[in-house]
Amino acid sequence: MGFKSYCFKKSLWVFHFGGASCNNCDIEILDCLTPRHDLERFGILLVGSIRHADVLLVNGSINNHDKERLIEIYKQAPKPILVVAIGACGCTGGIFADSITFAGPVDKVIPVDAYIPGCPPKPEAIIAGIVKLVQKS
Amino acid sequence: MAADLFYFLVFPGLLFSAVAGASLSWFDRKVTARVQFRKGPPFLQPYYDFFKLLLVKETILPKQGSPLIFLLAPVFSVFGATMAAVFILLPLFNITAGFRGDLLVIFYLLTIPSFSYIMGSLASGNPLAAVGGSREMKLIMSYELTFLLLIAGVIMKCGQQFDLNSIIETQQAGTPFIGSVSGVLLFIVGIFCIQAKLALVPFDMPEAEAEITEGIFIEYSGSPYALIKLTKYLMLFALPALLTALLMGGFRLDGIQILWSILKVMGIVLLLTLIRNTNPRIKIKQAVNFFLIWMNLIAVIAIVLIAFGY
Repeated sequence: MGFKSYCFKKSLWVFHFGGASCNNCDIEILDCLTPRHDLERFGILLVGSIRHADVLLVNGSINNHDKERLIEIYKQAPKPILVVAIGACGCTGGIFADSITFAGPVDKVIPVDAYIPGCPPKPEAIIAGIVKLVQKS
Repeated sequence: MAADLFYFLVFPGLLFSAVAGASLSWFDRKVTARVQFRKGPPFLQPYYDFFKLLLVKETILPKQGSPLIFLLAPVFSVFGATMAAVFILLPLFNITAGFRGDLLVIFYLLTIPSFSYIMGSLASGNPLAAVGGSREMKLIMSYELTFLLLIAGVIMKCGQQFDLNSIIETQQAGTPFIGSVSGVLLFIVGIFCIQAKLALVPFDMPEAEAEITEGIFIEYSGSPYALIKLTKYLMLFALPALLTALLMGGFRLDGIQILWSILKVMGIVLLLTLIRNTNPRIKIKQAVNFFLIWMNLIAVIAIVLIAFGY
């Protein structure tokens, strides 16, 4: 394991993209940063600008409006960027899979590195997903 | 020439100040985490952040705007912060005596990072960065006069001596300036000026994260952003060191006094962190009022007290 990839793994900055979400996944993502779970001890920070991000968290079902914006955000991100799809809607489409405005799950739009299913996934599940992502990259 | 380069690049300059500032940055984040009942990041976290940005991440140039100034601004800011740290730390560590009037040079060098942030943000062509740049400009206009009054008060207090070395020597021969009423008032003014210069929370409108998404730094990625982080580390060490030199008797490097010197700087950073964690972000108009009316008033009262000998 080289020095560069070690530094990268130790300092993942997260940018949060909410699609057409019901906000449950957003709440669970914010729960990871609260005192009980505290992801900052692993160096994970929530950043406000996609230019600073290393991980793009996508939750919610992606409809036709979100699709263009998600592709735009993905193109604006500095590489290397990891993409994580969170929740049943992000992974498969969930209960919105047959909707007329549905534009496909996240991996039909941009390449995805890790899936965290659940409706919504618990903070523990999100942390487990992040650990698997770090081990894989 | 070789000695000057060594001063600039290694000992009191770039390398030493960056390591000290990174440690202080970890201290700041750890204290923040403990205040919020969290565990906090590991000690090497600032280095991971810096090397990740410098070595791993891609640098994206803005399509609109000027790429040259966009890339040069972080270099200028690192240069200004390093020069300021060298001029502050050389008299502080008693290596060379400095020269007459070096306080004014330090005052100008400390504004270079803020000005280069403004240049870089306006060169990026992003509207949110322009909002951040204009806020930073208003912030500079409000706190610079107060900072100048602080320096003027210190100069008056040690008998019209314009260089940092004689200020430190006057304090080490007698009592530190903070042991008097006017010294305490100047210390309060100095803490808030540092808070605004470092753009920490009550005065972080230029880079308001939730509101204008990092503002002046919104377009920076990769190694230019790493240089901006480096400037932040340098300033986090240089400014508390300057306040230590101006009001708290400077550093002493014999025996147990080294511990006191370190504790002085860490105490100032602890105070800044606690102010940052217990206050909300204020509006730019409130910040201008705060400095132009209240802080200037306190500084002028302190100067009047000094003139009467308190």
